[in-house]
Amino acid sequence: MSMLGIVLGVAFFLAISALMRGSEADFIQRMIDSAPHITVSDEYRHPPRQPAQLHFADAALTLHGLEPKTETRGIRGYKQKLEWIAALPGVRVAPVLTGQAIITSAGRERGVTMNGVVPRLMRGVSDIDDKMVEGTLEDLAANPNGIIIGRKLAEKLFLRRGDNLTLAAPSGLVRTLKIIGLFETGANAIDEGHAYVLLKRAQTMLGRHDRANRLVLQLDDPYRARTVAAQIEARVGYRAQSWQEASENILSVLFVRNVIMYTVVSAILVVASFGIFNVISTVVLEKRRDIAILKSMGFRARDLRRIFLAQGLVIGGLGSLAGCLAGLGLMRILAGIQIRPPGMSQAINLPVYWGADQLAIAAGFALLSAVAAAWLPARKAGAVHPVDILRGGMA
Amino acid sequence: MSEVLRAAGVSRVLPGPAPVTLVRDIELSIRRGEFVSIQGPSGSGKSSLLYLLGLLDAPSSGRIWLDGIDTATLDDDQLAAARLAKLGFVFQFHFLLAEFSVLDNVLLPMDRLGRLPPPARRERAEALLAGLGLGDYLHRTPDRLSGGQRQRVAIARALANEPLVVLADEPPGNLDSAAGAVVRELLSEIAHRDGRAVVAVTHDPAFARTGDRVIHLIDGRITRDG
Ligand SMILES: Nc1ncnc2c1ncn2[C@@H]1O[C@H](COP(=O)(O)OP(=O)(O)O)[C@@H](O)[C@H]1O
Ligand SMILES: [Mg+2]
Repeated sequence: MSMLGIVLGVAFFLAISALMRGSEADFIQRMIDSAPHITVSDEYRHPPRQPAQLHFADAALTLHGLEPKTETRGIRGYKQKLEWIAALPGVRVAPVLTGQAIITSAGRERGVTMNGVVPRLMRGVSDIDDKMVEGTLEDLAANPNGIIIGRKLAEKLFLRRGDNLTLAAPSGLVRTLKIIGLFETGANAIDEGHAYVLLKRAQTMLGRHDRANRLVLQLDDPYRARTVAAQIEARVGYRAQSWQEASENILSVLFVRNVIMYTVVSAILVVASFGIFNVISTVVLEKRRDIAILKSMGFRARDLRRIFLAQGLVIGGLGSLAGCLAGLGLMRILAGIQIRPPGMSQAINLPVYWGADQLAIAAGFALLSAVAAAWLPARKAGAVHPVDILRGGMA
Repeated sequence: MSEVLRAAGVSRVLPGPAPVTLVRDIELSIRRGEFVSIQGPSGSGKSSLLYLLGLLDAPSSGRIWLDGIDTATLDDDQLAAARLAKLGFVFQFHFLLAEFSVLDNVLLPMDRLGRLPPPARRERAEALLAGLGLGDYLHRTPDRLSGGQRQRVAIARALANEPLVVLADEPPGNLDSAAGAVVRELLSEIAHRDGRAVVAVTHDPAFARTGDRVIHLIDGRITRDG
């Protein structure tokens, strides 16, 4: 009975922890797989000082209404920078020029984000190739007038592979392009709002010759992203953002979520240890006579404490064992559940983390709370005075 | 010197708003091989004296020496060790561990002491029990024994660690007279044959005749010793 609390505590801990850690790992994995590990963008972390500031650095007078001199958008000399980055060990890099454009077909219009890419390089830094449902990214290289769009978007515009569409850039340039491939990532925002063309094509459409506005990196070891980003930023001057930095908010939400989870589960185990406390207190009370016999015989206070602590340990141990089994069962059930997250088109299995470390944590915590719960009654047992019992003459 | 137990000026007062004096000014010396019986009316302090001699309770004043050692100098663990190795108790109510077999009840103090290797402990426990006519009941739990049998298990347990002194509180108090005679005979043997000191509280007059020495207690005082 007292074991039930421990069993439930351990089982719930495992189920919740497996889900939380599973979803966290899944989330990070998705991020690592599909988002760049580092993005070098055409911005500066600290905007350059404006000429007015340089001239009148200590001026008491502040000038208002000055138009700041903005950098022409795009990374200057991106090719040399690309080469330098590509030479770093364990790093793959690709240039991207992104801009807004409008697709027109049979009188329908859709705004899209046009990504100008170098297919050969892009394949090394993005999983877009895996998401192609028709054609390949490489097909772009052979078709300078080709375009790849999401299947969702194609369906909305009643287009198929091989059809032509019209792409209009903000500059007013209009081109007729042929759909040579379709992709589907499962994320609606991308499947309906992104298109891929050759970098050269994007450069002419957007009027930015020899420019890219992003360098996208993948690392062999994603967890080196912060270091490598700092290294790149120091060298090229432009802002280099690691995936950790880009998702700092989400990672801190994950952290808060973990804190909440461990608090809830600790509460369950605290309740469970009250159960153990009750049982062992009752046993100590019922066994006062036996305790008195053992003490009169020459057992020391600490021998008796040990007996009841051991009992707590046994309850905690068996409870942990049963709880681990029940928890693994729950995890199996959870792993079989399919859900469809909002903004995603496909159902996915609930991500469950199977690591043995959480079994150890759960069992360790349960044992600890069981021993803690047994501690007070065990002390009480050690402090029993045999004479009090003998005088009582309980037969 | 064969004195094993000695009390000098021992009093025990329960403190409180109305203090209760259990025993007062006890002077006592008990030697090896002596069979002493303590007699007195109910409430005269016989059990209280036995608890003091058995180091289960501490005197409010006065001293008790066990085997030449002043027990006031011992801490709780040392007192426990002295009880384990030098004393054996047979209580008024048998006080056996209900969940343990007869054999395990006798093995318990030997296991705690650990003086003998485990096979020798078992051998000794079995021999003790067989000697008390319990050879066929080794694996029974106490609830399946008669009152007299339980009393003998308690005696076997008291003897397990070869104590210097065996203390018994009204051993035949709840036995018919035939069983009482057996217990009386056993205790006398333990004193006279094995050379241990036996202190038995009783109001059985037959005990008084068997004992070497009868100590009379009234209102916590020794009124006669001899
Ligand atoms: N805890 C106690 N509180 C108050 N009085 C007690 C307590 N224990 C024993 N007594 C009293 O002390 C006296 C001696 O008791 P006890 O040693 O058991 O006598 P006996 O064994 O000779 O019958 C009795 O009068 C008893 O009522
Ligand atoms: Mg009494």
